Amino acid sequence: MKGEITALATIVALTTGAGAIAFAADDWGKFQVEDRRSGYTYATAETQAMQDDEFANPAMLWVEHGEEAWNKVDGEAGKSCNSCHGNAAETMKTVGSTYPVFAKDIGKLENVEDRINRCRTDNMKAKAWKYDSQNMLGMVSYVKRQSLGQPMSVKIDGEAAPWFEKGKAFYTQRRGQLDMACSHCHVDNAGNMIRANTLSQGQGNGFPTYRLKWQKPGSLHRRFRGCNKQVRARPFKTGSDEYLALELYVMWRGRGLPVETPAVRN
Amino acid sequence: MQTKMSRRAYGSIALAGALTLAINVVWAETMKYEVVDGEAINAALTDQAGDAANGKKVFLNRKKGNCLACHVVSSLSDQPFHGEVGPPLDGVADRLSPGEMRLRVVNPKVVNADTIMPAFYRTDGFERVLKDFEGKPMLSAQEVEDVLAYLQTMKE
Repeated sequence: MKGEITALATIVALTTGAGAIAFAADDWGKFQVEDRRSGYTYATAETQAMQDDEFANPAMLWVEHGEEAWNKVDGEAGKSCNSCHGNAAETMKTVGSTYPVFAKDIGKLENVEDRINRCRTDNMKAKAWKYDSQNMLGMVSYVKRQSLGQPMSVKIDGEAAPWFEKGKAFYTQRRGQLDMACSHCHVDNAGNMIRANTLSQGQGNGFPTYRLKWQKPGSLHRRFRGCNKQVRARPFKTGSDEYLALELYVMWRGRGLPVETPAVRN
Repeated sequence: MQTKMSRRAYGSIALAGALTLAINVVWAETMKYEVVDGEAINAALTDQAGDAANGKKVFLNRKKGNCLACHVVSSLSDQPFHGEVGPPLDGVADRLSPGEMRLRVVNPKVVNADTIMPAFYRTDGFERVLKDFEGKPMLSAQEVEDVLAYLQTMKE
């Protein structure tokens, strides 16, 4: 199985260029809103097909894991997610398209990971899950999957405004020995090849995303860390305020794009 | 109170000393050079002439120049995956003088403040550099000269 995925990843890497040419169409349907394009439009036909087919999409295993956990009692309070939130398809429907949000009761911006952990520790009296652990990836994927196809629409005014501004500033700040900002690749050079890969707009609407390179899904913050390290910059911690602010800005950049969780990319 | 003040003063002197030392180390890492009219660095960074053969190795090495990540070079079509972030380098030696090329490798931001291209011979003014690379230029002065010698061969 692992060997197959590796071989597939190699094929995907080799065909990225051809894919980009073959799909140089103007109409990307729901995957494009004005000049904003989902990473889906930069992926190869093979990768797109893998995402589209629920049985072929390897990240659906994590979604299923999340669904099981949703109904499982955990912690001293004897509750499951289902105890309070009931049917996720109804109660979680807008979460994937609107988070991160400013949470008044804790006075800061909160993403789905943080919200899940707050529920676990405060309401369920259960242990917090680590970022990018199987449990956390599963639950975030399951919750966001309920918003599949919903247009991204995060709130950036009011108390979220300072976070948005901080994220926006992060996006254009050069960093690392390579001295590059997010915008250099994902605004100035989206669509251009860098080595064997087509640079995308760096949209966040498919996270947690299954990366063929990782051979598992990963959080947007994990992706931020990878980008930062690639330009030889010290990354921030997953869940840090810096990355939360950046998450809000990135989600706003993708406004109108459909939630694709769990997306598949190379 | 006075004792505390003195201690602070000593602390400041020690800190200043440490900073001076740090600056000296950085200086030792990069040679001084003169930018002429914001366009070129005409004088070579080293006394030893550039070695084009080694320059090609540095140019290709993904942990050194990694130039093909962003630039197409037709004469290197045996190498896979040329990027298209920067302009093709075919015939670059016809378009730019050696000094103009040197400035673009050393610190291209002098020519274009918004460029994505890294400065290959600079150690200051960076944000949150990973520890392993802190205070170090991407290439040594000799490697820069070697790459320049290789770029000189790119004529059409």
